[in-house]
Amino acid sequence: MSELLTKAVLVATIAGGIRLAVPLLLASLGETFGQRSGVLNLGVDGIMLLGAFGGYYAVLESGDVWLGLAAGIVIGMLLGVVSALISVTLLAEQGISGIGVYLFGLGLSDLLFQRLVGTPTPIPKFPKLDIPGLSDIPVIGETLFQFSLIVYVAVALVPISIFVINRTTFGMKVRSVGENPEAADSLGVSITRVRWITVTIGGTLAGVAGAALAIDLGIFQQNLTNAQGFIAIALVYFGAWRPLGVMTGALLYGLVNSLVLQFKTLGIIPQSWSDIAAMAPALITILALVVVARRFRQPAALTKPFTRGT
Amino acid sequence: MRTRPLPWAAMVLAFVMLAVACGGDDDAADTTAATDGATTTAAAADETFRIAVVAPSAVNDLAFTQSIVDAVNVVAAERGNTEVDITDGTFVVEDAAAAIRDYASQGYDLVIAHGSQYGGSLEEIAPDFPEVAFAWGTAADTFGLPNVFAYEAASDQGGYVMGVMAAALSESKLIGIVGPIEVGDAKLYVDGFKAGAESNDSGVTVNVNYTGSFSDVALASEAAKAHVAAGADVMSGTAQMVVGAVSVANDEGVLWFGTQANQSSLGDIVVASQVYKWEVVLREMLTAIDGGTLGGTTYEINLANGGEVIEYNANFDLPADVAQLAEDAIAGIADGSMSTGQ
Repeated sequence: MSELLTKAVLVATIAGGIRLAVPLLLASLGETFGQRSGVLNLGVDGIMLLGAFGGYYAVLESGDVWLGLAAGIVIGMLLGVVSALISVTLLAEQGISGIGVYLFGLGLSDLLFQRLVGTPTPIPKFPKLDIPGLSDIPVIGETLFQFSLIVYVAVALVPISIFVINRTTFGMKVRSVGENPEAADSLGVSITRVRWITVTIGGTLAGVAGAALAIDLGIFQQNLTNAQGFIAIALVYFGAWRPLGVMTGALLYGLVNSLVLQFKTLGIIPQSWSDIAAMAPALITILALVVVARRFRQPAALTKPFTRGT
Repeated sequence: MRTRPLPWAAMVLAFVMLAVACGGDDDAADTTAATDGATTTAAAADETFRIAVVAPSAVNDLAFTQSIVDAVNVVAAERGNTEVDITDGTFVVEDAAAAIRDYASQGYDLVIAHGSQYGGSLEEIAPDFPEVAFAWGTAADTFGLPNVFAYEAASDQGGYVMGVMAAALSESKLIGIVGPIEVGDAKLYVDGFKAGAESNDSGVTVNVNYTGSFSDVALASEAAKAHVAAGADVMSGTAQMVVGAVSVANDEGVLWFGTQANQSSLGDIVVASQVYKWEVVLREMLTAIDGGTLGGTTYEINLANGGEVIEYNANFDLPADVAQLAEDAIAGIADGSMSTGQ
C-alpha cells in the first residue's frame, strides 16, 4: 500500500482519473441540457463515435489537433440537429430514435474508418498546457495543472452550465419546458425552439467528447468509446440533472477506474481478482446512483414529446 | 400554421440509419481470392469453396481479428476458387451467433467463429447443420461434435521469447503488461512472457494489469500510464485494445512487444511482435474437409510448426546479443529443450 503513496503514483492516479472523466463530463453536461428540457437522447454514444472518428481523421490528414476538435464540434452539432429533428419535430419515441442514432454512429464510424484509414495509425495528441505559476507547484501542479486545454475547458463548462441553467432566461425556459411544457407554451415559450437548442448543445458536446477522446488517445479503433456515451447518460441521473452532480459522478467514475488500475499494477489487487475489480467503477456508480438519485426527481416532462393541445 | 408531425418520416430515417449501420461490417472485408493459387484440389476445382469468418473486432485491428483474416486470405489465395466472407465487430455474442447461423444456413463450407466467447453459441448451432464444418478458437474443445474443429495458439511460447528480450532490454528492471481478461490466449501469453523475463533475469519485476475489457482503449491507455508511473521502461500487451497502450509507449519512449499481429506500424518503439500464422492449421482443416472430415480435431499453432513467428521491427535497432537470446529461445522451445512452464 505504501507504494501507492509515492509521488509519481499518486499523481498518475489522480491525473488518470481526471483524464478518464473528461469525455464523460463533456458528454453528460450536454445531455444534461437536453434532459432538463425533457428530451432523452440515447444516441450520445453514436454521436461520440462519429465525433471521435471525425476528429481523428481530421488530425490524421492535417496534423492539426485543433482542426480535429473543430471537426468533432461540427459533426456533433450536425448529429444534434438530426437528433432534434427526429425527437422534437418528428416526435419520434425518444428511446427508439436514440438507439437508431447510436447504431448509425457505431456503424458509420467503423465503415468510414475501414474505408478511409484501415489500420489504426497513431496521430498527434493535444499538447499539454502548462499554466504559469500553477504547473510548477509540487505534486498539486503535476496533478491538476499539466493537462491539455480540453480538460480545462470541460471543467470550465461546469460553472458555465450552472449559470446558464439557473441564472439566465434561456435556462429558466429550459427548466420550465422540462417540467411543464404546457404551462411554458401558454406563456409564449417555444417548446420546439428550446428543445432544438438543448439537443443540439448535447450533440455538440458529445461530438467534442468523442474528438477529445480520440485525440487524447492518439488513435482510433472500432467502437472506440466502448459505451462511454451510455455511461454519460447514467451520470446525468447520478448527478440529479445538475452540472455539479454530473461532474462529481464523472470524477468518481474516472478516479475509481484509475485507482483500480493502479492497485492492479502494483499488485495490491491480486491478479486473480482483476475481473471482479474491473467492475468496481460501475458498481460504485450504480450504488451511488441508487442512494443519491432517489433524493431527486427527474424533469417531469422527460421523454415526453410535446404537441400543443394534447 | 402548425402541421402535424410525420412519424413515418422518422421511421424511414431510422431505417436508413440502421441499413447504413448494418452494412458496414460485412462490406468492409468481403474478399474473393484470386484463382491463380498455388494449390488447387480436385474438389475446389469443381465448385467455389466458401469460408465465412465471424470475429469480434475490426479486420484491421493489428491483433486478434486481423490474424485470422490474414490467414484465411492466405489459404484462399493458395487454394484458388475460394470465396471469403467476413463479419467483424461482433463484440456482442448474440450478434455473432446470428451471423454464424446465417452463414451455416447459406451452406458455407467452413464457418469460423473466431473467439472463445462464441463457444456456447457454436455448441448449439453446429448440430443443426451437420453438412457444414465449423471451427472456433482459441479453444481446445470440439464439444464431441463431428463437424466442429477447434484451434488454439501456444501463445506462451512467443510470449516467453518476448519476455527474454524484454528483460535483456529493460534498464529499470520493471516491465509492465496490459491484458484484457485473464483467460485463454491472453493469459497464456502473459504467463509465458513473465516466465521468459524471469528466466533471463531473476531480478526483473513484471507487473500485470488486466483491464477487464478486450475493447476499452482508454482503459488500456491508462493502464499503460500506470505502468510507466510505477517505473516500467518496457511494456507488452495482448488483445485489440492495446493500441491505446502502444500510444502511451510512444509518448513515453517505452519499448513495446506486440502479439497476435505485427504491430511495428504503430511506432519505432515496437521491438518485435509474435505473429500468428493461422494458415498453418487452416491448411490442415481444409485438407480434412476435402477428405470428408468436418471436425473433431483440435489444432495448435506454435513455434515448432511455424504457426507462430517472431517478427522484428526493422526500424528498431535490436542489439545482436538480445537477438541471439531470442533466437536461442525460439530454437530451444521448438526442439523441446526449453520450457515455458505452462
